[in-house]
Amino acid sequence: MSATHTSTLPQHGQGHSHSHDAHDHHEPNFWHKYVFSTDHKVIGVQYAMSALSFLFFGFLLMLCMRYQISHPGEAIPIVGSLMERVLGEAASGGKMSADLYNSFGAMHGNIMVFLAIVPLVFAAFGNYVVPLQIGAIDMAFPRVNMASYHCYWMGGVTWFTGFFLPGGAAKSGWTSYSPLATVAEFGHSFNGQTALLVGLVLLITSSLLGSANFIATVVQLRAHGMSWMRLPFFVWAQFVTAFLLLLAFPPLEAAGILQLMDNVFHTSFFLPTGLVVGGSQLPVSGGGSPLLWQHLFWFLGHPEVYVLVLPAFGIVAEVIANNTRKPLWGYKSMVYSVIAIGFLSFIVWAHHMYLTGMGTKISTFFQTTTMMISIPSVIILTALFISLWGGSIRFTVPMLFAVAFLPMFGIGGLTGLPLGFNASDIYLHDSYYVIGHFHYVVAPGTMFALFAGVYFWFPKATGRMMNEFLGKVHFWGSLVCMNMVFAPMFVQGFKGMSRRMSDGGAIYFGKDVAYGADPGVLKLNNMILASALLLFVFQLPFIFNFFWSIWNGRKVTSDNPWDATTLDWATPTPPPHGNFLKEPIVYRGPYEYSVPGASRDFTPQDQKDPKG
Amino acid sequence: MIEFLLSKVGMRPGASAHAAEVDGLIFYVHLLMFVLFVGWLGFYLLALLKFRRAANPKADYVGVKGHLSTYLEVGVAVVEAVLLVGLAIPIWARAVDRMPTAADKPVEVQIMGMQFKWNAHLAGADGKWGKQDIKLASATNPYGLDGADAAAKDDVTCLLGEPFKLPVNRPVVCRISSMDVIHSFKLPDMRITQDAIPGMVVPAHFIPTKTGKFVIICAQLCGSGHANMRGDFEVVSQEEFDKWFAEKSKAGGGGGFE
Repeated sequence: MSATHTSTLPQHGQGHSHSHDAHDHHEPNFWHKYVFSTDHKVIGVQYAMSALSFLFFGFLLMLCMRYQISHPGEAIPIVGSLMERVLGEAASGGKMSADLYNSFGAMHGNIMVFLAIVPLVFAAFGNYVVPLQIGAIDMAFPRVNMASYHCYWMGGVTWFTGFFLPGGAAKSGWTSYSPLATVAEFGHSFNGQTALLVGLVLLITSSLLGSANFIATVVQLRAHGMSWMRLPFFVWAQFVTAFLLLLAFPPLEAAGILQLMDNVFHTSFFLPTGLVVGGSQLPVSGGGSPLLWQHLFWFLGHPEVYVLVLPAFGIVAEVIANNTRKPLWGYKSMVYSVIAIGFLSFIVWAHHMYLTGMGTKISTFFQTTTMMISIPSVIILTALFISLWGGSIRFTVPMLFAVAFLPMFGIGGLTGLPLGFNASDIYLHDSYYVIGHFHYVVAPGTMFALFAGVYFWFPKATGRMMNEFLGKVHFWGSLVCMNMVFAPMFVQGFKGMSRRMSDGGAIYFGKDVAYGADPGVLKLNNMILASALLLFVFQLPFIFNFFWSIWNGRKVTSDNPWDATTLDWATPTPPPHGNFLKEPIVYRGPYEYSVPGASRDFTPQDQKDPKG
Repeated sequence: MIEFLLSKVGMRPGASAHAAEVDGLIFYVHLLMFVLFVGWLGFYLLALLKFRRAANPKADYVGVKGHLSTYLEVGVAVVEAVLLVGLAIPIWARAVDRMPTAADKPVEVQIMGMQFKWNAHLAGADGKWGKQDIKLASATNPYGLDGADAAAKDDVTCLLGEPFKLPVNRPVVCRISSMDVIHSFKLPDMRITQDAIPGMVVPAHFIPTKTGKFVIICAQLCGSGHANMRGDFEVVSQEEFDKWFAEKSKAGGGGGFE
């Protein structure tokens, strides 16, 4: 079926007829090679480097916050005076004001979701790996791809400027609920929230360009013989993710522009009649609806969760198949599950809004869809667990991260259940239980998949291996510390500690303890801080290893150092512009490991004869 | 039993009539989670041990045969359906569809969130709410209560975080709103959470079953003072409540705003 797709394309892989870019015949200069590149691999690396930097920055914001809520009212050592010099009054005396805490909180969430994790898992890995795995010479629209990265970068810079605007960066949570997002800094039309919304529009534009490009690439540019059921699971995951981004983001882009109007021109799309703020009536016409914002936000917000998770499943599936030396168990049911998740993720959003005053009928609908979506998620996770059975497991560094992903993501997914039932959500809503839940999904979940991916594809991108010992230090340190950071949050949630408290909940668990409040809960804040600082220390071997290995790592002796089967390993190392030396032809499914009667324990997709 | 196990993981003891239902659901869901997780983990650790390269140098192309996992997945779906239909939906329906009627003699309280205090307002001894007008609303008069209205004179108001009292074992209906941004009216011990949304008034009801001092948590980020937006109330005996109510009503809530 895909033969018709590729036959009309010029054979770029053979190094001639590059109609789209005359520069290819010369050694491109620095700007063309690294900044204005249209090569999917360079763009993937650009995304990876930017997003890893944002990831680190978001982590630092969180460390400041954790210190402050462990030590309310005390100056933050070292960093505090630095913050005071850069941010002025908001950090006077080296202490974070409540406003600054809220700013850091909102920006930690926004940066982690929109600038770090999604760009890493979708744009960076997707760009680098998807065209290689389907045997394409590049993305379908290379210049659109470049524009996508540039929009992303501008969006990030716009957000960063927010810290220096009057009132500081956006401080109304990553959810930016109206009317707070509008009234929080009502006196300044151009404030942190404005910067957030303008940046968001740029980021959504970037995402739309990227997702359309991914869909076109996977539909149009698959190699000869690469039928749908021969696609690596990673490609399927990215393909479904692209649809989520394409369809879920536009409502938020519209909503973002409406809130921008509310903030800058004082319209009332999300502002009801009769707001009285600080004792005086707000000078707006009113008549809008705060709940409309929530619906539009979560219409993206929930599919966005699966944008974080599906590509992570994809990476883990690749690494597990490769390191168990056997095919994935239940590949087809995994593919159908991923498609089912894609559809269902559009009709669960209001489970974030159970406590806005929802009636029985609507909440029953959203509860039912929420329970339904847990089924395909359980199927995928179970298939990955079962894939281990009968394997010959190599515990390489990427495999360690991929294997640890399974129970960690399991905790994150399972703890979503009591939040998905509305009646149990009554107690747990907006408590630290929620924080624990989604951080288990994203941090030891998705982020472990990302680390697995970095260690796994690093040798393809650089021609050198990352150091294994440092990798193992990074892995074990991160695994232990992440659990020590996030597991206590479930206990805090059970004890009724609410999130987003700039004093860490001290006022509810202080000396005048009311019924039910246990002051011991605050001690967990100290344990979490210590674990978070230790987690920071254990990221240093990774950062060092990453840069050191680019130039000094052990050189790979083969283009396929992991003995893998998919087409990404059939290219030269690192892959040149155009990727393949000859047009790849696909003869079989993606995970033909340990085929009985084959000459080796892996049979690449482009190898015609298993005995050859 | 359920209460004991939940207290071991730190759950606050419930203090309202429906708390046991909510806690029961929390317990059963966690039981399902626990069984699933332990099952997965046991299988997982065994697989990692048994099929490490040193123990099993040659992988098996097929792996697990049979349909056990399918049955397990169907089992999970069935348990979830039972929890949904048997517990979650009925609990919710009772919470939002069966408001106490006049025959239940509920205590009705208007709850108004504002940055960064809770306000409570009860109809006075005459049983009538004073006239309210948004144009009169201000930082000290969050309900826009019209001081000129006769019905307002005896209203009971506990403004700007002043603790209020509720009688034990009698239905309470809170009508929850906000005058500025979205807050959330969370009484963790009563197993009540309802967002306070400007422009909307949403009721929530419960029957307190224990006396004592309780907190109101603002559970929705509402600005710089969010962490300080603690509210307090006390559940007392009917006699003590009547005494308090009479005193407050006599002092009058509506008169002070002119």
